[in-house]
Amino acid sequence: MFVDGVPMAGLDGQTVAGVLMANGRLAWRTTRAGRPRGVFCGIGVCHDCLVTINGLPDVRACQRRAVDGDTIATETGTGAQS
Amino acid sequence: MTVETPDVLVVGAGPAGLAAADAARRAGAQVVLLDAAADAGGQYWRHLPKERPAAHERVLHHGWDKFTALRDQEVLTDAQVWLAERHDDRPPTLHVLVGASDGNGRTPRTFAPKALVLATGAYERTLPFPGWDLPGVFTAGAAQALAKAERIAVGQRVIVAGAGPFLLPVASSLIRTGSTVKAVLEANGWSRLRKAWTARPTELPRHKAGELAGYLRDLATRRIPYRAATTIIAAHGTDRVTEVTTARLDEQWAPIPGTERREQVDAVCVSHGFVPRSELAVNAGCRTENGAVITDENGLTSVPGVYAAGEITGVGGADLALAEGVVAGLAAAGHHATAAQLRHKTVNEKFADRLEAAHGIKPGWTGWMTDDTIVCRCEEVTAGDLRAGAEATGSRGLRSLKLSTRAGLGVCQGRTCGRTVEELLHRHTGGLLDPGRTENRPLAAFVRMGELAAAEKETP
Repeated sequence: MFVDGVPMAGLDGQTVAGVLMANGRLAWRTTRAGRPRGVFCGIGVCHDCLVTINGLPDVRACQRRAVDGDTIATETGTGAQS
Repeated sequence: MTVETPDVLVVGAGPAGLAAADAARRAGAQVVLLDAAADAGGQYWRHLPKERPAAHERVLHHGWDKFTALRDQEVLTDAQVWLAERHDDRPPTLHVLVGASDGNGRTPRTFAPKALVLATGAYERTLPFPGWDLPGVFTAGAAQALAKAERIAVGQRVIVAGAGPFLLPVASSLIRTGSTVKAVLEANGWSRLRKAWTARPTELPRHKAGELAGYLRDLATRRIPYRAATTIIAAHGTDRVTEVTTARLDEQWAPIPGTERREQVDAVCVSHGFVPRSELAVNAGCRTENGAVITDENGLTSVPGVYAAGEITGVGGADLALAEGVVAGLAAAGHHATAAQLRHKTVNEKFADRLEAAHGIKPGWTGWMTDDTIVCRCEEVTAGDLRAGAEATGSRGLRSLKLSTRAGLGVCQGRTCGRTVEELLHRHTGGLLDPGRTENRPLAAFVRMGELAAAEKETP
């Protein structure tokens, strides 16, 4: 998959958060106040780990299985929802 | 739009839901079992995906053989229930979207079951502390999920902290995925732990005691300290956690001045207990008490034809969930549980009481909060904002205070901070007029507006 344009390898069946963390990324979203966030709850409750996947904003990275060729864009502020 | 009408619909394929669906099927009912995740097992039996089959999965799991016996059932996965449409005389109609998590082209399906079993489980309650929003601070459940389903270690030097026996299997999983666990910190002191765990020894299920002893052995053989009456009161770092401050706590969980210690870490795993995931049950009209769904001895809720099993009826672990699932599944299929099945349930209920007696949250924790500690992670509302909001408006209404402070109104809908916000506002206002509202959410899950519009169009 591609993260902000950079290729990243993962294993079949891994979540997007799993691929990011296995590649050493701990945080990938920035809050409105400018604070970095990554996985917190890991089970789809807290919504801290949101990413834009293939143009679709606000997908929970810990819940979504990564698919070959996915393009991931990290989010800033309120994400693309505003 | 086709409405499917199974005899029994079971929501949630963790221990309780799997046991309920299995029992109902064996009783001859036509059953649909669905789960929001991509695989069955729930959080308890989270495992590597089928693309990465593991030979040693059993090592990371208790009751793995039980799971392999139950998992052969047909499970509708990636199925998110987003609305329970109530009826006066029968169980609610459930609106479901099936497809990749948070996608936008999911397939709508509608179920009007003759009986409904809700087994939606629980998630962690994590108390806030300064720095808890830094990357590298995880819930203990996140560390467990990443270890079990991804074989990822959340850090190399990790401290596990909070309250409850769940800290122990998390430490074991961390060790097995290659982390160095520096310490396990339990907020409660030895006197409370000893009193609650040694009371009524004949009622403590032997395999439970054995399981816990096994985890403690895991710590002992690696010389990992298990410190009682101690916790993390702050996490430090700029863009990630690099250090924490730990402190000793008194019996009410208030930090004892002068006992602070700084320790270097690259990850922290925190858990202070669990909250029933009851939004769908509330959506369906089921009565709750302290957030847990109220049921009779057969698992029947206050709504005719709607049963509940597992952690949403009160947090008591997988054995209780399995026992409750069997009883509720049989009842939903029109059968009665045997005396032995009901007795098995009672034994495990006592274990839930023991957990609360030994590890329940005590109010002194607010002693480690500062005014600039974030409480609501989504809207970045601090403890100081909450106090100022309560003082400025003089309001004692949770709803109005949430609207004025924005606490609990973010994208997670107060799932992470809801109870904490209620507890803090309760103290600032001298008592809320409308406590317990946090579980009321108009939609049971995150849905995209486009998907709502599409589902609306299909509804005649």
